[in-house]
Amino acid sequence: MTTYGMLIDVDRCTGCYNCLLSCKDEFCGNDYENYSAAQPEFGQFWMNIKEVERGTYPKLKVDYIPIPCMQCQNAPCIKAAVNGAVYKRDDGIVMIDPIKAKGQREIAMACPYRVIYWNAELDVPQKCTFCAHGLDSGWKAPRCVEACPTDAIVFGDLDDSGSAISKLKAAGNYKRLHPEFALNSNVLYKDLPKRLIAGEVVLSDKKDECAQDVNITLKQDGNVISTTMTNVYGDFEFDGLDQDAAYAVTIEMDGYVAVHETIRTKIDVNLGEIELAPDN
Amino acid sequence: MTEKDFTSCTNCGPVTVTVKDGKVVRVRPLAVAEEDYSPWTIKAGENSYSAPKKIALSPFVHGERQRLYSEERIKYPMKRVDFDPKGERNPQNRGKSGYERISWEEALDIVSGEITRIQDKYGQEAVTGMTSSHHNWGNVGYKMGPFSRFFNMIGYTQVLDNPDSWEGWHWGATHTYGFFWRLGMPEPYDTLTDALQNTEMIVFWSNDPDSTRGTYTGQESSIWRYWLKQKGVEMVFIDPFFNYTAAAMGGKWITPTMGTDTALAMAIAYVWITEDTYDKSYIETNTIGFEPFKKYVLGEDDGQPKTPEWASAESTVPVKVIKTLARQWASKRTILSGGSRGGEGGACRTAFGTEWARMMVLLQAMQGLGKPGVSIWGTTMGAPSNTDIWFPGYADLDGRMATTKAADHLPQNPVKQRLYRLTLPDAVLDPPVSWYGEGFCGNALEQQYTHFTYPMEGYGEVKMFYRYGGSFLGTMVDTNKWVRMYTSDKLEFVVNQDCWYQGETRFADIILPACTQLERDDIGEWGAAGGYTVHASSGCSNRVLIRQKKCIEPLWDSKSDYGIFTLLAEKLGRKEEYTDGKSELDWARAFFDISDVPKYMSWEEFEEKGYFMFPIPDDYKPTPSLRWFYEQRECDTPDLNNPKRLTEKGKELGTLSGKIEFVSQSLTENFPDDDERPPMPRYIVSWEGHRSELAEKYPLQLLSPHPRFSFHTHYDKHTAWLNEIPGHRIIKDGYAYWPVRISPADATARGIQNGDLVRMHNDRGQVLGVAKITERIRQGIIHSYVSSAKYDPLEPGKSNSVDRGGCVSLLTPSRMVSKNAPGMAPLSCLIEISKWEG
Repeated sequence: MTTYGMLIDVDRCTGCYNCLLSCKDEFCGNDYENYSAAQPEFGQFWMNIKEVERGTYPKLKVDYIPIPCMQCQNAPCIKAAVNGAVYKRDDGIVMIDPIKAKGQREIAMACPYRVIYWNAELDVPQKCTFCAHGLDSGWKAPRCVEACPTDAIVFGDLDDSGSAISKLKAAGNYKRLHPEFALNSNVLYKDLPKRLIAGEVVLSDKKDECAQDVNITLKQDGNVISTTMTNVYGDFEFDGLDQDAAYAVTIEMDGYVAVHETIRTKIDVNLGEIELAPDN
Repeated sequence: MTEKDFTSCTNCGPVTVTVKDGKVVRVRPLAVAEEDYSPWTIKAGENSYSAPKKIALSPFVHGERQRLYSEERIKYPMKRVDFDPKGERNPQNRGKSGYERISWEEALDIVSGEITRIQDKYGQEAVTGMTSSHHNWGNVGYKMGPFSRFFNMIGYTQVLDNPDSWEGWHWGATHTYGFFWRLGMPEPYDTLTDALQNTEMIVFWSNDPDSTRGTYTGQESSIWRYWLKQKGVEMVFIDPFFNYTAAAMGGKWITPTMGTDTALAMAIAYVWITEDTYDKSYIETNTIGFEPFKKYVLGEDDGQPKTPEWASAESTVPVKVIKTLARQWASKRTILSGGSRGGEGGACRTAFGTEWARMMVLLQAMQGLGKPGVSIWGTTMGAPSNTDIWFPGYADLDGRMATTKAADHLPQNPVKQRLYRLTLPDAVLDPPVSWYGEGFCGNALEQQYTHFTYPMEGYGEVKMFYRYGGSFLGTMVDTNKWVRMYTSDKLEFVVNQDCWYQGETRFADIILPACTQLERDDIGEWGAAGGYTVHASSGCSNRVLIRQKKCIEPLWDSKSDYGIFTLLAEKLGRKEEYTDGKSELDWARAFFDISDVPKYMSWEEFEEKGYFMFPIPDDYKPTPSLRWFYEQRECDTPDLNNPKRLTEKGKELGTLSGKIEFVSQSLTENFPDDDERPPMPRYIVSWEGHRSELAEKYPLQLLSPHPRFSFHTHYDKHTAWLNEIPGHRIIKDGYAYWPVRISPADATARGIQNGDLVRMHNDRGQVLGVAKITERIRQGIIHSYVSSAKYDPLEPGKSNSVDRGGCVSLLTPSRMVSKNAPGMAPLSCLIEISKWEG
């Protein structure tokens, strides 16, 4: 059995948009009979990029997240379609039949990832096909994978334990986008941005020197979940935190009065400059 | 249904083009057979890094077929309706007149007729013309070939280009460490190997290599920087904008006020001097003039020590950050990345930008430039590359049909008069003008001292302007003056030849439709400029030569540039003289035959396969940039145009002393009293910066670097998919505006919300854009890329019109870098910004 999947490493993506543009080149104005109707010149992004900017000046994190069709094993688009207009191939790729799906707006509306687009001119829903037409004629990978300069997108057979993608998946920490949808997608991600707490420490009696090696402790529900030290610039950060959760941060250094901050990660938090005063 | 694949190449990567039933349906990275790759491997400690077996194009290249068929293509020869070469010319209407389609016959008759009339009446020098900085790939068709060959043949006033991307490095750094043969850029050899093996930290100063790439080498270097990040190399970004490389790499972000970078550099030197953390023995053996420099930095000559406190007051960078940066830089093996080719970054295109560029070299000199891990490297170029196999680059003399040994006959331009691109409009409107320097002064330092005046003694003014391309409104400085020039009656006749309608196209009397490289035959090596950037193809992980095949016939009525000039030459009775008896394919074959490639692959094989991959020898030996100089040996890099290499002066740099010069001998000899580019670099307050009087009226600084999602003015405007990339253009009310990045504080103060239409303005111009409020830009500074291909004046023909296309160049100053350094300084630009109500 073959099951095609993708692993996307957000840390490798530099936001070049090669994937988005190569997909446009493949599909805009090009019909692939029995596979997909031509993508319109504008308005659809079968491979999309989501830009996520976190933090505030000057503590920023910027991530670019490539978003193809998730190729769900429990695809809601299949359920929403009538007459078998959406089906899963033997290799796991979820396909929208461009003829049978005509008029079926429900297919586009069914996708919680919003990766199915409605083509008003052709009256048909459309989405990423993992370049199935190309794979069937011998391509090793879809256009987006070929175009990616950093191999941020890896493609292959998840059923083959010897394949590069399987090995990568076994070694890595790949998760689904929106796991709460419970759709068992074959596209998985590493290093998706979560919540950030960042800050900079200043020693009030040594303002002209960066405060290196100050101890920072992060607690959640009274438990220490992470510790770090400020770097040479006096900066610190905790990344990968939960959304809208309560945390407590303690900033301490021998000879100084500790500072405590309580934080709710409704948004990413830049604590700004935290001043430690000497404890005389 | 017929489907066929063709090989071709673009400015930013080689491609395989699929043509189905006569139409291009797909343009993808060049399909290279796996067995044709001969990837290099770099060993660094326990790690091994190999060249990926793939071709990484720049993003916009994936839009090649969209721009090929774009409605923005010039389809037919056009004549301005109120231009009559035999009657009223109405030059004042250029820019707002309508056009009518004419036949090629009529167009060629008018153009050739005007050339003859004007040269007969006023002299050969009355014709002038010029290309844009970039063209469409391929040696045969490249701008320096057909254009120059034709105009050398008929004689004309040649226009010298200013070294636009490298100004401060070209006019400044060359006097510090030589490399004039690289326009002030350092040699790039094996810098990737050296970085992976030895470097601990990289300071990206005014550099966004993930966006500016290796100019032509696509996204090839993105993976190199990822490797360096994974290795734990620390990264620092000095840039008012949290640029795309910073976003990908992470690291410390430092945001000096624009124009104060030199002060920051001086303070770093101050920390090293006072804390004794610089390479004293290198200074002793490899440099001259350190003592006076040390005095200046310590404040012993002007009473102002260049302390971190002093620099902090100038730049707003906190004292502690300056100190820590300096200490980190000294304690670690640090690369200075001052622009995508090592140098180049926007900070060199500023008032007194020479001083910043010189300090970049001098700071690295203080840390032993050439020591393992210590280089000046853009993080593009510098992969292992087989330089033994020579193929001429488009800028090599042998790579151009105007100058190549492959030609039987080379026309020579008899006219000695010159114009200078930066002052061309001034020269036409209000002569005389004068300047120093032969444009790109890549043959000798002395070229920088040549003094020109226009009109030249014994010559008259220009009357005809043949413009090939149309980019200047979006790329030069103070570009409303080009509008004034075009609408002046000083120019009796204006031609524009291009593939697409761009900013200047509609100022012409006659418009000629050219075709793209997909519509003609050619040959080209990926990324290889040659000329003043020898071995630039080391910016590619895999070096490849492409047989650029004609994929389809020229669309509509367009012709290749070579074809157009051939027809013009024919009208002038000089066809054989122009073509050398060669078709475009003959020229491609001629370039192939003079190269080393036939020793490895026959023309027939090359024609069949479509590409040649330059193999890396198994015994490839890296020769890292400037290691030889650090070790006081003969230059062992393949830096062909280094004039001292392989001579008895082989251990020397290209300076007069042969060493790195804290006090420049060449400047001492030629401009000893120049207080704007003094023999020893100084921090000089910008003539249009935060301390200027003008800042009261226009308090914001405009940061306008090279764009990310287009290349120069290529692809923007005529590749509509790019309009859907929010980092490139933002569609509002059906119009694709240029983004204007503004900090939350500056926006709030002006009542500007995200997505609002805004007007950037100063006394020189007014440009509309859509506001993007972001934390990625520092307060007090507005970010909006340069190089809009779209000039869209609300009042066509009027030089002060609001432009909604996004040509921020309209706002930038005409004033040069400094009085004897005639470079452009667009990044010394003060503006105000407000919500645009219409």
